Amino acid sequence: MIPLLSVSDLSVGFGRKAEANEVVRGVSFDLADGQTLAIVGESGSGKSVTALSINRLVDFGGGKITGGSIRLRRGDGGVLDLAGAAEPQLTKIRGAEIGMIFQEPMTSLNPVLSIGTQIAESFRLHRGLTGRQAIAAAKDALDRVRIPDAARRLKYTPNQLSGGMLQRVMIATALACNPRLLIADEPTTALDVTVQAQIMALLAELKRETDMSMIFITHDIGLVAGIADKVMVMQNGQAVEQGELNQILDHPRHAYTQHLLHAVPHFASGKATRSDGRREKAPDAEPALKVDGLAVRYPVRSGLFGRATGAVHAVDGVDFELMPGETLAIVGESGSGKSTTARAVLGLVRSTRGSFSASVRKAAAGQSALPIQMVFQNPYASLNPRLTIESILAEPVIASGGRVNAETRARMTTLLKRVGLPENSLERYPHEFSGGQRQRLCIARALMLNPSVVVLDEAVSALDVSVQARVLELLVDLQREFGLAYLFISHDMAVVERIAHRIAVIYAGQIVEIGDAKSVLSAPRHAYTKKLIAAVPTIERRRQRFELDTRQVPSLVRPLGFEPGPAKWDVFGSDHRVRIEG
Amino acid sequence: MTYLLRRLAVFPLVLIGVSIVVFVAIRMVPGDAITAMLGTEAGLLTPQQRAALAAYFGIDQPWFVQYGRWLLGLLHGDLGISTTYGRPVLDVILERFPLTLELALLSMLIALVVGVPAGVFAATRNEKLSDLGVRIAAMIGQSTPNFVLALLIIYTLSAGFGVLPAMGEFAPLWQDPLRNLGQLILPAITLGFAFAASVTRISRSAMLDVLSDDYVRTARSKGASARSVIWRHALPNALIPVVTLSGIEFGYLLGGAVIVEQIYALPGLGRLVLDAILQRDYALVQGCVLFIAFNFMIVNLLVDLAYAALDPRIRLGEN
Repeated sequence: MIPLLSVSDLSVGFGRKAEANEVVRGVSFDLADGQTLAIVGESGSGKSVTALSINRLVDFGGGKITGGSIRLRRGDGGVLDLAGAAEPQLTKIRGAEIGMIFQEPMTSLNPVLSIGTQIAESFRLHRGLTGRQAIAAAKDALDRVRIPDAARRLKYTPNQLSGGMLQRVMIATALACNPRLLIADEPTTALDVTVQAQIMALLAELKRETDMSMIFITHDIGLVAGIADKVMVMQNGQAVEQGELNQILDHPRHAYTQHLLHAVPHFASGKATRSDGRREKAPDAEPALKVDGLAVRYPVRSGLFGRATGAVHAVDGVDFELMPGETLAIVGESGSGKSTTARAVLGLVRSTRGSFSASVRKAAAGQSALPIQMVFQNPYASLNPRLTIESILAEPVIASGGRVNAETRARMTTLLKRVGLPENSLERYPHEFSGGQRQRLCIARALMLNPSVVVLDEAVSALDVSVQARVLELLVDLQREFGLAYLFISHDMAVVERIAHRIAVIYAGQIVEIGDAKSVLSAPRHAYTKKLIAAVPTIERRRQRFELDTRQVPSLVRPLGFEPGPAKWDVFGSDHRVRIEG
Repeated sequence: MTYLLRRLAVFPLVLIGVSIVVFVAIRMVPGDAITAMLGTEAGLLTPQQRAALAAYFGIDQPWFVQYGRWLLGLLHGDLGISTTYGRPVLDVILERFPLTLELALLSMLIALVVGVPAGVFAATRNEKLSDLGVRIAAMIGQSTPNFVLALLIIYTLSAGFGVLPAMGEFAPLWQDPLRNLGQLILPAITLGFAFAASVTRISRSAMLDVLSDDYVRTARSKGASARSVIWRHALPNALIPVVTLSGIEFGYLLGGAVIVEQIYALPGLGRLVLDAILQRDYALVQGCVLFIAFNFMIVNLLVDLAYAALDPRIRLGEN
């Protein structure tokens, strides 16, 4: 039998001289009916370009297929080489025989059209349905992706739905006309981990129902274990290794696959936590940062004169202590209040209530020591492109009233060397550095004032997995060397496991569980923590099935003057507390 | 609804601010109304006669007393008496306004009908020769002064075809629509030309932005045709900047187009204001400026309402 899709020796280039500028070189693979192929690679590996070449969307991004063939067995049994197909032929295949879903559900749906209209469009285009029939078909499609209350939601525009819901809408649209091939381009990367688990479960279930084939593109080889039959690993535009799932995961042959599997953080349910915690050794030490009853609220205004009628309790009654040389990871999903907590600690958002005390370290002579510094998520946006590295590093010194002198310059050179950047970096500009190098610069900038606490807000989330691993190593080394305390905000449990001594799980603005990292990750007690940890993909849990769950996060809007009751805690072991649901 | 009330509540404040500025500014200009009214004959007046006339028009009082009286009148819907026309200011303005409104609407219609398709066309042929052609045409359109264009149009028509633009007494739309359009079409083209050029440029750049958005890629992945992608998915998202620009330009046009009115001999608001200033017709200047400011605010409000209608993400009245 001819495979559904047979790609052979595919090359794709960009720009006017596409042949000279190839980003995919000689990729070949076959895909049988009902099979799932995972394409794994980091950014720039050519995995997305390969996928976009199959339905030829790559043409619209300035790409050009420079060689090879993409043979698709069509519904009527005929075989078509998509690499050479003309645009009118392709519009009949896109959506009807090949569906596609994308990374960012928030931006991948048209903001001005209702979701009903957008799903119905597929039926109009390929099934010839019109008017009420098309809308009725759209409702069935929404039901199929388990969106509750589908009839009413058809009229919603994308801004009225959450990211997870929108990705379901995308799936409903892509699968509307029962394509035999679904291309999923990092469909869960932009989503929270529990939502990711839901989407993965849905995809697996729909695949069983329809027997379609799937190409699943991801940078996370851990995610592959749950869904793929075959895996293809890409690096620098080439397929370096491909084979059956178990063979790739258990016996990788290529060095790069081995690197992806072993050097990169993978979640290991608390088996890979750090063992250099300081709590037990110095139980009476002065905390580097103590946060007591922190609350951040935003008024909700309404009416003609904009009176406050309620408040969003973004963070409510958060307290913790952070010891020198210790990492406290704050984990939670988007909207849980973890970043707000970090910003409030730095005074970047005004806290409604609560106190902090941070111990100021004995500063070296001539140095002003601000106790807390921050490293942000996006290293591309957090460095001023018009300043040289020297000016960027001088900024915290100037801002705290210091003067830039020979001593400051000496510190700059030492720090740059320490974070692993070349010595001639000072005169250069941010655009001359890669993402990982920029994040190293941000770390150097944070360390300029010799702080006692560094707040790392999703500091490695924007980096490629192998870069991520190296920056994490650097952070651990710096922590040991300077006795830094880290407040590490992250949604990524695999990263947290590598760096945290203690973990605080935050849900709906409150800490629900806090304690020793190993204890929290290996024996979670709170229902939410359990759900969160169960949703993290791991290499060990293969072809895992998730229950579909459409519960919403509780609303954070409270009536004016609302005060939550005092927190009650269950205590497990020496350092592990869980909030009792009230 | 509360949003609309809140917006309308600000109107009187702005109008009072505008009127004070105009009130003081026009009185700082040298020259006085009586001299301007009577011309050389003003020299024949005795000081007593002059004072009597000044008292008759109420311009003998300090400016704040005059302003107070004027404001009191305004509350009763009375904008005062024009010294040039000897008639209520509001009547004079309302007589001229239909022409200005019609001219502004026609120009905007031309600009949108020509500019949006041209911009979309250029955007879909990005960096090709036809795109370059549209961009050059738009550049020329924006940089041609409208009096040059007006004279060129008249010259071409009369010298080339022996046709003269319809002149003479202005015919309102409701009396003689054909004659009215004949009188207004050339001025509307003159004004619409540069307007269309701006609309073309902004539609082109907005479309280029939108065409690289994720949802356009999604539409293509569903198998939508190129035409559907452009008109159904991309254009509605590219219209916001076009609406912003059109609102601003339209607001300006409602203040009258002095040069074009002058060349085509049209009795519009622009010439009315100019004459009123030259004649030191204080009441008329104040009335006109107030009227123009009011129109501008209405147009701004309509633009904001249009945003909300175009894009469901924009919800009015939220900060």
